[in-house]
Amino acid sequence: MSSNAEIERRIGNEYQAGFVTDIESDTIEAGLSEDVVRFISAKKGEPEWMTEWRLKAFRAWQEMKEPSWANVHYPEIDFQALSYYSAPKSMADKPKSLDEVDPELLRTYEKLGIPLHEQMALAGIAVDAVFDSVSVATTFRSKLAEAGVIFMPISEAVHEHPELVKKYLGTVVPQRDNFYAALNSAVFSDGSFVYIPKGVRCPMELSTYFRINEAKTGQFERTLIIADEGSHVSYLEGCTAPMRDENQLHAAVVELIALDNSEIKYSTVQNWYPGDKEGKGGIYNFVTKRAVAHTNAKVSWTQVETGSAVTWKYPSCVLKGDNSVGEFYSVALTNNYQQADTGTKMIHLGKNTRSTIISKGISAGKSQNAYRGLVRMNPTAAGARNYTQCDSLLIGDQCGAHTFPYIESKHPSAVIEHEATTSTVSDDQLFLCRQRGIDTEKAVSMIVNGFCKEVFKELPMEFAVEAGKLLEVSLEGSVG
Amino acid sequence: MISIKNLHANVEDKNILKGLNLEIKPGEVHAIMGPNGAGKSTLGNVLAGRDNYEVTEGTVVLNGKNILEMEPEERAREGLFLAFQYPVEIPGVSNLEFLKASVDSVRAHQGKPALDSVQFLKLAREKCKAVNLDQSFLKRGVNEGFSGGEKKRNELMQMMLLEPSLCILDETDSGLDIDALQVVAEGVNAMRDANRSFIVVTHYQRLLDYIVPDYVHVLANGRIVKSGGKELALELEEKGYGWLESADNGAA
Repeated sequence: MSSNAEIERRIGNEYQAGFVTDIESDTIEAGLSEDVVRFISAKKGEPEWMTEWRLKAFRAWQEMKEPSWANVHYPEIDFQALSYYSAPKSMADKPKSLDEVDPELLRTYEKLGIPLHEQMALAGIAVDAVFDSVSVATTFRSKLAEAGVIFMPISEAVHEHPELVKKYLGTVVPQRDNFYAALNSAVFSDGSFVYIPKGVRCPMELSTYFRINEAKTGQFERTLIIADEGSHVSYLEGCTAPMRDENQLHAAVVELIALDNSEIKYSTVQNWYPGDKEGKGGIYNFVTKRAVAHTNAKVSWTQVETGSAVTWKYPSCVLKGDNSVGEFYSVALTNNYQQADTGTKMIHLGKNTRSTIISKGISAGKSQNAYRGLVRMNPTAAGARNYTQCDSLLIGDQCGAHTFPYIESKHPSAVIEHEATTSTVSDDQLFLCRQRGIDTEKAVSMIVNGFCKEVFKELPMEFAVEAGKLLEVSLEGSVG
Repeated sequence: MISIKNLHANVEDKNILKGLNLEIKPGEVHAIMGPNGAGKSTLGNVLAGRDNYEVTEGTVVLNGKNILEMEPEERAREGLFLAFQYPVEIPGVSNLEFLKASVDSVRAHQGKPALDSVQFLKLAREKCKAVNLDQSFLKRGVNEGFSGGEKKRNELMQMMLLEPSLCILDETDSGLDIDALQVVAEGVNAMRDANRSFIVVTHYQRLLDYIVPDYVHVLANGRIVKSGGKELALELEEKGYGWLESADNGAA
């Protein structure tokens, strides 16, 4: 049997975060209407301006159509069959401290390797844990407050910092930006809010951990990060969900605002349930992430995408200010029947703006993996530069890798470089490793990690190790 | 050391080895020579357990163990080393990382304690020097952008680190200039000892001037048709292989 055949044979699916937390939840009936939007808003005790903002989005959404241009195929989603709000019952009377949080919830996060007790927490990382539609706990808030950093669930920020939320919400991703963004704007439940004041270097890594638990619910989180002038922040999000036979919808919106001379580093380790070996179940991950970089600001997106049945995601940068910098480092791994259509948009508006795109796509099993990117140099973008490197690695002979790079240059001085490669994990490479005593799984994981090295080095240290392990698990059994 | 009896093997349904017999004792160096297409490279690949090389008959016993049922990595851990004719590149995986993974797995199997990173780096640097490769090669991707000679020296370095009991050199001399050939030969000679055996597969007698074998075998049409001492190689150099191939055909 050739190694390729063995790869096919042994491609397994060892999703380790697939357990269900047995907890009573307060879930509203399926269906979406103005009443549901009002219900969600009321549930959160939102001020009227917020309710109106949601309704405006809902009305826009009703007139919009699901995008169909992506290289992904899935049965039509019945948006009326989903529930748009679910919260653990124990969260109804908001716990005031971690001691009051349902221990079952805390155990869930411990099982996932995210301890929420500060004394146990990873040193130097503040965590906001979002379970279905609500934030369960946010650690290290007081320590961050000393530095003036605001890190809290967005549902609380609406009450505590309405001026900031009002000023920035929807400025990067408008309500009617696209179908899923509009849906999210109407029904978003929770997510993280971050504000870094002028000149402050955030003293610790911020991170949000998203967990979908309840069946037949959608998760619609909304994250808003504002880095004021000259500030610096590094933020990481992680995601998991139980193994379920039905597909579940996840439609998030992330907005980043990097004001003059600031820097935002946003890293994602996405490990939503990818579905089983036959392609049954898994998360539909339809996400809109965008950043605006003002003068001399820098935004860096790093993503490691191993989960989800279908991924539709293009973390983008609008390089508005002169000399601003945008970066996109991506590893997207698909196995079995997973489909990913992911990439980035770099919109150069300011002079001497620079962007870098490094995309590594790995396809195994019967999966389809597409890179889709847009680099646009506007007529105002004198001296702008882009470098794109887009590599695909195929494991086995039944998967697909696709590249859709779009380049639009409207300024003669702009420089755009694009490099692309496609390679395979060859039988010869595997045999060399095995002849040296290295078993095939270790060999494939080494080869795949080597392929991803340029991206992993952009991740915060602790997570680079995690990401490597995650790839290993996602490919588990993928070789003979 | 290794005992090969009546070995028959197919590659993609084509019968290549047709009843090969070979006995090698500890400390011996056996050269396998023969014309193109005789099955020389097949022998190394079959012994190492490569996919698509199907053994249809015969036995191979290495250090008292039947290895034909073992996976390639198990054979490697049992002390079998194949130096490739065309070592493949593994981009992005550093040579050092690769070597460490390799040495770790072999040592673990042999019940030897694992080397920590500092010990290993020291050892790897030593071997790097021994094969005349710059230290920077440890940081580079496995064989990535190496010249032909550098790849072969990298193979030799791996052999030195793993300290196998049976080394199979598959046309290690191909693509080497005379200086590189000498470096490789010196490395091999330095590794010769009473407990380690070598199978040196080569097309040309030249390599055997540097790695002097105890025995020379001629492989033709899938079996060994003539065996002798090191002087046989010189005879072959002079007469070519034709007379042996026809003799074999006549006997068959």
